Amino acid sequence: MERTGALFRHFRDLDQQRETATLGMWVFLLTEIMFFGGLFLTYTVYRWKYPHAFAEGSRELDVVKGGWNTAVLIASSFTMALAVRAAQMKKRKLLCILLAATMILGGVFLGIKYLEYAQKFEHHLVPGPSFHFEGPDAPQVQIFFSLYFAMTGMHALHMIIGEGLMLTLLIFSWRGKYTAGYYAPVENGGLYWHFVDIVWIFLFPLLYLIDLHR
Amino acid sequence: MSESKEHVIPFRTYALIFAALLALTFTTYRVALINLGPLNVVVAIVIACTKAVLVVLFFMHAAYAPRRTRLVILAGIFWMLLLLGLTLADYLTRSLPYTSQ
Repeated sequence: MERTGALFRHFRDLDQQRETATLGMWVFLLTEIMFFGGLFLTYTVYRWKYPHAFAEGSRELDVVKGGWNTAVLIASSFTMALAVRAAQMKKRKLLCILLAATMILGGVFLGIKYLEYAQKFEHHLVPGPSFHFEGPDAPQVQIFFSLYFAMTGMHALHMIIGEGLMLTLLIFSWRGKYTAGYYAPVENGGLYWHFVDIVWIFLFPLLYLIDLHR
Repeated sequence: MSESKEHVIPFRTYALIFAALLALTFTTYRVALINLGPLNVVVAIVIACTKAVLVVLFFMHAAYAPRRTRLVILAGIFWMLLLLGLTLADYLTRSLPYTSQ
């Protein structure tokens, strides 16, 4: 595409160009809201139906790991927000450092998530033939874990895609592509990253904190 | 080319939002340890929504976005509430007492 400086030819000015990019990204995020909305809806219906089994299942989750993961993900959103700011201020090195920090924090999140999943395999809490849970509610607890793996699994998949996006942004940022006035990909990558963070902000209390007070 | 309306948010704002998000995470964990009956869920959802709003407004720049963009964001939330609200209006009322002639 032809462009003058940071401005592509089919836009009137930089503001219009930036607003168009952001608007397009938000339209994509709306489809993501509806996608995760379906999962949250399924969760709500089954939790309403089997409150005891969901509390029992929730008690098997590791609140400490989940809590740390929440903090790690919020920190990664913070570095991502600062990365967009670095791109706005045309600071190439700072932008690269902050993108790398975001990637590392995302990696820490996935690492902790891996340890949690491994624990669930060891405790026979993964739905399927090897699932084992003492008590009369076992079949319903299995539903809780099906939803747990579906929701956190889809979230983790989004994180993995996000890591790929960050790596791509990092490579182009290193070459100075986003510090010459045009940084829409950094802004949109940030919107994606923050959205995935928001999904976890809801997953953490709904899955981990149901039945702590007993 | 006209002067850009681009808004660079000060570092302080980002740092404050970050601190608020961490504080709210700690709060939601501590409150979950206290038995509030059915209020536990309500408090957890309210705190989660507050965190989400902070992220959308400041990290995602919705507070500084043009009205057109904000309308699209609100439309997304509205459609999700329709999805949740109408489906739950069915499921959550199925166990209500039903009197037939």
